[in-house]
Amino acid sequence: MSLAGLARDAGDAGDYFIPYPDQVLENVLENVLVFLKSRRDRNAVSLVCKSWYRAEAYTRSEVFIGNCYAVAPRRVTKRFARVRSVTVKGKPRFADFSLLPQDWGAHFTPWVAVMATAYRALEKIHLKRMSVTDDDLAVVAHSFPNFKELVLVCCEGFGTGGLAVVVSECRHLRVLELIEDEVFDDEVDWISCFPSDGPSNLESLSFDCVESPINFESLEKLVARSPLLKKLRLNRHVSVQLLYRLLIRAPQLTHLGTGSFSPLEESNNENTRETDYVSAFAACRSIVGLSGFREIAPEYLPAIIPVCANLTSLNLSYANIDAEQLKPVIRHCHKLQVFWVLDSICDEGLQAVAATCKDLRELRVFPIDGAENAEGPVSEVGLLAISLGCRKLQSILYFCQQMTNAAVVAMSKNCPDLVVFRLCIIGRYRPDHVTGEPMDEGFGAIVKNCKKLTRLAVSGLLTDMAFSYIGQYGKLVRTLSVAFAGDSDIGLKYVLEGCTNLQKLEIRDSPFGDSALRSGLHHFSNMRFVWMSSCQVTQEGCLDVARQLPRLVVEVFRRDEEEGGQRGDFVDTLYMYRSLDGPRADAPLFVKIL
Amino acid sequence: MDQKRSTLDLFNTDLATELRLGLPGTTDDKPEIIKTASLSGNKRSSSEMGSSTCTDENQSRFSPPTKEQVVGWPPVRSYRKNILQAKKPESETGSGMYVKVSMDGAPYLRKLDLKVYKCYEELMEGLQEMFKCIIGLYSEREGYNGSQHVPTYEDKDGDWMLVGDVPWEMFISSCKRLRIMKSCEARGLSA
Repeated sequence: MSLAGLARDAGDAGDYFIPYPDQVLENVLENVLVFLKSRRDRNAVSLVCKSWYRAEAYTRSEVFIGNCYAVAPRRVTKRFARVRSVTVKGKPRFADFSLLPQDWGAHFTPWVAVMATAYRALEKIHLKRMSVTDDDLAVVAHSFPNFKELVLVCCEGFGTGGLAVVVSECRHLRVLELIEDEVFDDEVDWISCFPSDGPSNLESLSFDCVESPINFESLEKLVARSPLLKKLRLNRHVSVQLLYRLLIRAPQLTHLGTGSFSPLEESNNENTRETDYVSAFAACRSIVGLSGFREIAPEYLPAIIPVCANLTSLNLSYANIDAEQLKPVIRHCHKLQVFWVLDSICDEGLQAVAATCKDLRELRVFPIDGAENAEGPVSEVGLLAISLGCRKLQSILYFCQQMTNAAVVAMSKNCPDLVVFRLCIIGRYRPDHVTGEPMDEGFGAIVKNCKKLTRLAVSGLLTDMAFSYIGQYGKLVRTLSVAFAGDSDIGLKYVLEGCTNLQKLEIRDSPFGDSALRSGLHHFSNMRFVWMSSCQVTQEGCLDVARQLPRLVVEVFRRDEEEGGQRGDFVDTLYMYRSLDGPRADAPLFVKIL
Repeated sequence: MDQKRSTLDLFNTDLATELRLGLPGTTDDKPEIIKTASLSGNKRSSSEMGSSTCTDENQSRFSPPTKEQVVGWPPVRSYRKNILQAKKPESETGSGMYVKVSMDGAPYLRKLDLKVYKCYEELMEGLQEMFKCIIGLYSEREGYNGSQHVPTYEDKDGDWMLVGDVPWEMFISSCKRLRIMKSCEARGLSA
């Protein structure tokens, strides 16, 4: 039956309003929309007309909630009926740095309660910065018979007991990834709770953030009966000797988190002295990603050399190694695209990276010592070297003690593909250490020359000029992080008036006040959130915003949980976000919603 | 009159009313904001010191604050901050008995060498000095009274115990880590 035939028949009947062809069109649309994955495309589709809205809602299988308080769970389940995958993000990012009080919120419980009945076919849950309890995990385990993937990033509130319930009852579990979570040690042997009858479906298991020891014998048996296992990330309680035993059982791994990568104390028996780690790694021909090295004994590092030529991702950010220890390894990593490392490798180590890793896309250099007057092992020298050697760089996070505008300008010109530029000069208010000038010109060059830039974090001594550049050139910037910067309200005004695509704004300890806040009234409803802590906004200023933008939830609180939210004349922390369902009902006492 | 009033005095009088974001255990000898370019300190502050002041002789009392003094700065997640400490050997015989000490509400942990102290009184003094808090007086019957903070420790079995109940020698041989709780949370531990 052709479409045209249908339409012709209906048309002959003489009716003007013909539901049947619409229904067919809708079916066709649904069949086409199934292939549409990008949520931005889907959002656009849903705006065309009512029937497209319905068709899109019916076919959306992956739902992404960028702020758990922007919409009530029931509204989501009512609109999207056939969802297989849910991603929910909760707390604002500054929670990672202890700037958000413990019991602020972002509870998963109301979400899982609603989904338990609405989404029986749910297969995947991905949470970031949510508060998840063991009970929530139990609900997950009991409610979704087809459950396959659980990914928890920067979450807290659950323990090994909750994990045990998930792994024992979710028989189709393929992926369990715990990334940077805080997991209680309930002393439950969760690794032993995986079903032991027959081969497992496990493809990815990451528990490097779990602080409690694990039952290695159970883990070894689990790995042995998981032929599909590709990603395995161990915690620091797995010594290098135990790692060896796992490696020889799982040569098909593509991603490995190596655990402590140091030997256990009692390593003086003959067996361990002759262990051939190099061969074990050489047998793993598929490894493309390496991480772990939690308590590295540097003499073991060369064991990974056999896999270096294929590595696309290497995370050494827990490994306190120097340049001489890095060089023999990094010089083989020609295909490296993602590299996370500690500044212990110094500028010299970065130069070695720049010399070899021509395909590098993402670099993160973390500080081994966060003190503001520490001797900085990396500086503008390393940054310049990277900019010269790694021309395809797209994303950089760089902690240092000192920097120059010249190096930042050079990077802006050498790496035009930069999408993410995050520079953290640990010494607050520190100027260009060669010229003594503010870092305005450097960051200005970044926003001007890096035409694809969407995420920016600034530091060092910055005047309002820097913000004028950001407002003028940062048209694609969606995320902006500011700390200890700027001179006056004008700085923030430049940003709020100029950055038309700004979605996420986080500011701390900067002299921006009510007048600046007001200049963003036209834009706040288009943003995911605004965070301002230890700035100069007052209660009245925040009230003003709350009154003028009723769809915005304006939260005011103090980091130390004292009620009222004020510190002296100013508000301690302002956190505001748009919401379809009004202020949340679960706000703790110390949070004031205006 | 003017000569008498050194910058030090000026500094001291302003301190009392100054609003600060300070962690417990920070010393009050430095305003938070530094705008001069000359403070490019090149000396590393030792992480092994018990106090948070920098003892480097090149730095005056107006040295830049150490990391403990500004909350959430640099923006590095807390488990990454402990990398240096994790490298130090914890249980080498004769080289000190370091245990982690946490205080409720403080984002950074500290490390304390229990071998330095000979009795509970000394330990309390050390804790109070490190965290700038006041720990109440211990009594066998009522635990700690008269303050907002109660010292507890995790023993070899993983249980959380009130500091002070057992003889000192038994305590240091079984103490794995210390935690200074808020007294409202510590209700369950006292009789």
